[in-house]
Amino acid sequence: MKSNQPTPLIQVENMKKYYPIKGGIISHTTGYVKAVDGVSFSIMEGETLGLVGESGCGKSTIGRQLVGLEEPTQGQIFYKGKDLSKLKKSEMRGIRTRLQMVFQDPYSSLNPRKHIFEILAQPMLYHKIATKETVEKEILKILDMVGLPRNVLARYPHEFSGGQRQRIGIAKALSLNPEFIVCDEPVSALDVSIQAQILNLLKSLQKDLNLTLLFVGHGLGAVNYVSDRIAVMYLGKIVEMGEAKEIFQNPQHPYTKALLNAVPVPDPEEKKKKHKLLQGEIGDSSNPPSGCRFHTRCPHATHICSQREPMMLETCPGSGHFAACPIVMQSKEVQEVG
Amino acid sequence: MGSNMNRKEKQTKKKFEKKAKYSMTKISGEDGSAVKDIANESYLQTIFRRFRHHHLAVVSLIIVVILGLAALLAPVIAPYDPDEIVGTFSGAPCREFWLGTDQIGRDVFSRLLYAMRISLLVGIMATLISTVVGVILGLIAGYFGGIADMIIMRFTDMVMSFPYILLVLVAAAIFKPGLWNIILILGFVDWPGIARLVRGNVLSLRETNFVKGNLVAGMPLRHILFSEILPNTVAPILVYATSVLALSMLDEAALSFLGLGVQPPTASLGNMLNGAQSLTVLTKQPWLWIPAGTLIVVLVMAINFIGDALRDALDPNSGR
Repeated sequence: MKSNQPTPLIQVENMKKYYPIKGGIISHTTGYVKAVDGVSFSIMEGETLGLVGESGCGKSTIGRQLVGLEEPTQGQIFYKGKDLSKLKKSEMRGIRTRLQMVFQDPYSSLNPRKHIFEILAQPMLYHKIATKETVEKEILKILDMVGLPRNVLARYPHEFSGGQRQRIGIAKALSLNPEFIVCDEPVSALDVSIQAQILNLLKSLQKDLNLTLLFVGHGLGAVNYVSDRIAVMYLGKIVEMGEAKEIFQNPQHPYTKALLNAVPVPDPEEKKKKHKLLQGEIGDSSNPPSGCRFHTRCPHATHICSQREPMMLETCPGSGHFAACPIVMQSKEVQEVG
Repeated sequence: MGSNMNRKEKQTKKKFEKKAKYSMTKISGEDGSAVKDIANESYLQTIFRRFRHHHLAVVSLIIVVILGLAALLAPVIAPYDPDEIVGTFSGAPCREFWLGTDQIGRDVFSRLLYAMRISLLVGIMATLISTVVGVILGLIAGYFGGIADMIIMRFTDMVMSFPYILLVLVAAAIFKPGLWNIILILGFVDWPGIARLVRGNVLSLRETNFVKGNLVAGMPLRHILFSEILPNTVAPILVYATSVLALSMLDEAALSFLGLGVQPPTASLGNMLNGAQSLTVLTKQPWLWIPAGTLIVVLVMAINFIGDALRDALDPNSGR
């Protein structure tokens, strides 16, 4: 919402991704893992949307589908209003380079048999972003952008540290002039001191190049640091979404509250206060709980929660802060009556 | 101190420019394998360093190189025409005929040199064929999965489960036995192992982030398969290929011994042993079979040792 006229760059409507479970003597589908189960959101141009949730809640799956690594089982992805699944191959090729990805593990995201020059140059040459004559200059420009020394080109990935590799990963994504980058937990495999550097780098790049980011992460701190808006996921569904500040200061959904409580506080006085931490494990995504998926672990759960699936509702009109919890709905009704 | 630093900087810069030039040539010559070696130089050096730890393999390599050169230079080295009758029948070794003469008076030493040529040719060509077939089928099966995988792997199982010496015998009986037929037959018998090996590697490489990253970058299929996946599975293929090489040389010897392989008068290590089927030759004329037999044993063993050392040298986890 920072630019003057925000237009959604990416719009996702009711996206679902089911993975079949094969079993039996004669292999057949015995059920589905519902990794993503009906998710809708949009990302404005030049905005960073943070996607948070526990491991296995489907947040990475969303990222992979946005860059075309996987096809949604159901639902649509719109890029600048164009439905990606209905595009022709030739049109898709043009768009492919506009949607890039930075991977979680910097150790496996670079081909160990190629030196950095090859890793960066080959896609650029293939997509004719640079010619053989200009490619070196272009790459040096990108290396400057991501803060790598210029003499790395002839080296192999194993000669770099995790943070440097992640910078190379970012350089690779940037080399194709993308508009939208999915950052799939880009700092979770790095040392804490390096994490901050990479986050700062992403943040400044986003500003300089007017990139749109989807930042997937499980650490609320990191996600909050880079994101304009945050979406909280639980078991394949978005349970709360809103401005980052709003989510932090005024969380509505009990799951978001629990996540915020779980953030370690570096203050011994604070530590003494007993935080309510979540009990139990995340539910089974092949057989999710009925009604509200969180009701099995929710401290406020009532009998309605297990029967009715909650809708996403705006907490107060025009705030852009949505939550899917009957408790919020009730308190809102109370407010309206009052 | 300052000038020192400057010089050092200049040096690294120069080095970098040189290296960058290499990389440029590498990309411009996309399919040139010779260019590739330059870019992989440091990698090859590591392999060589690790390889040297295996003394047996180094000795084997020297033996194979010497024997290979001898085979290659057979027309120069051989004192006589291998197919010409130059001496007495079954003459014992003497100064004139170093390893004696065979049953119809041909020089055994000359024949041995030419036989090695044929045997190595059969081994290398058969290995090449089976490697190419195995790699292509393995890549397809591993990368695309699904129905293609199922058909290819079941076919592979089928070929593997045939008692294959019988298969070779039948094939050799149907097609006329001869040099190229034996190469083709052996080539199409040895590929299943390589196909399985490649498939397994591709299955895991397909899921790596660098392959996914190139998919996201919209790189074409041929780039993914041949530039990203294949170079990362070359090492195990190479190791396996050495054992296939040894095996197919043995098979050639066995078939030629049975008279179904390379046909006389062309000499091969196998059909030189053919004479050893008779008891008199075995007991009274050892020069007719000991040299050929020893050569087979030495070659096969040396190649296997080299393969073992390569396995260790190419394994990035061996950490030596």
